[in-house]
Amino acid sequence: MKVYVPMDSAAKALGADAVAEAVVAEAARRGMTLEVIRNGTRGMIWLEPLVEVDTGAGRQAYGPVAPGDVPALLDGTLPGLGRVEDIAFFARQTRLTFARCGVTDPLSLDDYAAHGGLAGLRRALGMTGAQIVAEVTDSGLRGRGGAGFPTGIKWNTVLGAVADQKYIVCNADEGDSGTFADRMLMEGDPFTLIEGMVIAGLGVGASRGYVYLRSEYPDAISVMNAAVQIARGAGVLGPDVLGSGRAFDMEIRVGAGAYVCGEETALLNSLEGKRGVVRAKPPLPALEGFLGKPTVVNNVISLATVPVIFEKGAAFYAGFGLGRSRGTVTLQIAGNVARGGLFETAFGMSLGELVLDVAGGTASGRAVKAVQVGGPLGAYMPPATFDTALGYEDLDAAGGLIGHAGVVVFDDTADMLGLARFAMEFCAVESCGKCTPCRIGAVRGVETIDRIARGDAEAISLLTDLCETMKDGSLCALGGFTPYPVMSALTHFPKDFARRKEAAE
Amino acid sequence: MPADQPADQPAPTQAEISALIDGNLHLEGPMLPILHAVQAAFGHIPAAALGLIATALNLTRAEVHGVVSFYHDFREAPAGRHVLKLCRAEACQAVGANALAQDVLARLGVDWHGTTVDGAVTVEPVYCLGLCACGPALSLDGRAVGRVDAARLQDVLRGVGV
Repeated sequence: MKVYVPMDSAAKALGADAVAEAVVAEAARRGMTLEVIRNGTRGMIWLEPLVEVDTGAGRQAYGPVAPGDVPALLDGTLPGLGRVEDIAFFARQTRLTFARCGVTDPLSLDDYAAHGGLAGLRRALGMTGAQIVAEVTDSGLRGRGGAGFPTGIKWNTVLGAVADQKYIVCNADEGDSGTFADRMLMEGDPFTLIEGMVIAGLGVGASRGYVYLRSEYPDAISVMNAAVQIARGAGVLGPDVLGSGRAFDMEIRVGAGAYVCGEETALLNSLEGKRGVVRAKPPLPALEGFLGKPTVVNNVISLATVPVIFEKGAAFYAGFGLGRSRGTVTLQIAGNVARGGLFETAFGMSLGELVLDVAGGTASGRAVKAVQVGGPLGAYMPPATFDTALGYEDLDAAGGLIGHAGVVVFDDTADMLGLARFAMEFCAVESCGKCTPCRIGAVRGVETIDRIARGDAEAISLLTDLCETMKDGSLCALGGFTPYPVMSALTHFPKDFARRKEAAE
Repeated sequence: MPADQPADQPAPTQAEISALIDGNLHLEGPMLPILHAVQAAFGHIPAAALGLIATALNLTRAEVHGVVSFYHDFREAPAGRHVLKLCRAEACQAVGANALAQDVLARLGVDWHGTTVDGAVTVEPVYCLGLCACGPALSLDGRAVGRVDAARLQDVLRGVGV
């Protein structure tokens, strides 16, 4: 008998460790033989800790499980959820990047290989660098970290650069509120990220890689470090990747709590040991990146999607999606929501279907007021925009951005003026300080919103003007995109800005 | 994980600091690994470390100070015996993080970044622990707690002796 208890940090934050201990203790008390496997999460966070029991006739799911439920769980009398694959939220997903997450033991390379792992790498080892880059280009994969830049074009630039050393840098500084896909993937299926980085290295001619991982994710750091050691021990990493005679090795580096280091040039400065200040582009990191050498900088999900593209082929992957948004998007449903978690699906589902149908609306049972899509720099979308399709171009046309595909739901008690103020305050705290619109603009933004809150209606035009300046004049997305949450709140929820005026009069 | 460890320890010696620096000098871009190692060992970055790091990396002391002061994680003085990080980001705000934070700060009698008078706990804001589907979230000494309600908060505060 096998019992799966997730070791994902969200599951642990909801008591998974105590459940795992209770399973071991209760089995010992009964003299039962069972194996407890700490898997990743299936991503249905409202059901965590979600325990699966395999008695040889398929995995049966139970959740949320408390330690007190364990005797009934082992008796087989605890009411269950059936198979995970049959739960509606899970059944309607297309799991490509997250196919193994929650299924396997994250640190078992054998389990990884048994579920399709390393097939992509083995195929890539028989290809030239140019063929590898072409495969990624043909898949239509775009940067999943937010910018949406075509991955194949970025890789091609690095492939064409001439240098004694090139690098693959994985941006695992997932600092956006409402996003946790990177964390979930690294904790639940770390080898797929490693495999993706090796393929990237083979493709562009880079023999070294780094994962820049934020310090707020201690569990992901320890899982990734362990996975790198295991991969090195098994010859997936090192001077002779899978006996091919080609070299690729990598390290995990830990950030130090600065949001702006999620911006790729600030990240590179931080990795080099400097202040995480944004660099002006050009030169592009693809030509002068880490230590001045040609560098691929890709997000976790982008790199972790590479293995499945090579396993199943570019055409298979490109067969999913909408317009120029190809493949799947790993939507992260968060905030005040009945069914929060990770939902991987082809691009193109409407925002309303996701929020009202898949996620089941708010947890509080109240009406949805706003949905922030794309992290703290993403727009607040009112229900009137719910027919917007989730794709790069569609969201852009609706005045938003998909960003890292975080979707944060707010009910009708949300104070949009307060949230707009928070966006400016966050920018002021996290600005790297290099450019004036961001450094000063954010501070002035907080002051201006406070004026509006005190009933000064004239300050609204000042705020609009300030946002224009920040949008056009900032060096990177932190200052440049902070106007998205601020202006969307002001535009879609004017009453929240005017009501205060009446209250003040 | 270089945790924010409590201090109340004797001042680190030059030899102890130098050993941590030397252990990381072979890395490409060794600065952050060195600072994490120093903070993990001593609970903060002692002033004495700045000059040693500067010499080892062929930088000025001011440049090292510039790096240390840029990052939220690095402390110039030790934290309390426990570090309580409360998420302030939007997803947690959507489920009551602001009220939770006010409650915690009031009960501990501190402001953000403050340490209780008995030195038991330091409260820090954090912008996202990746627990956005089970907020409001916090972490105590690196251990995460999700969907924090009155009962869970009571457990956490009991853990820091409140």
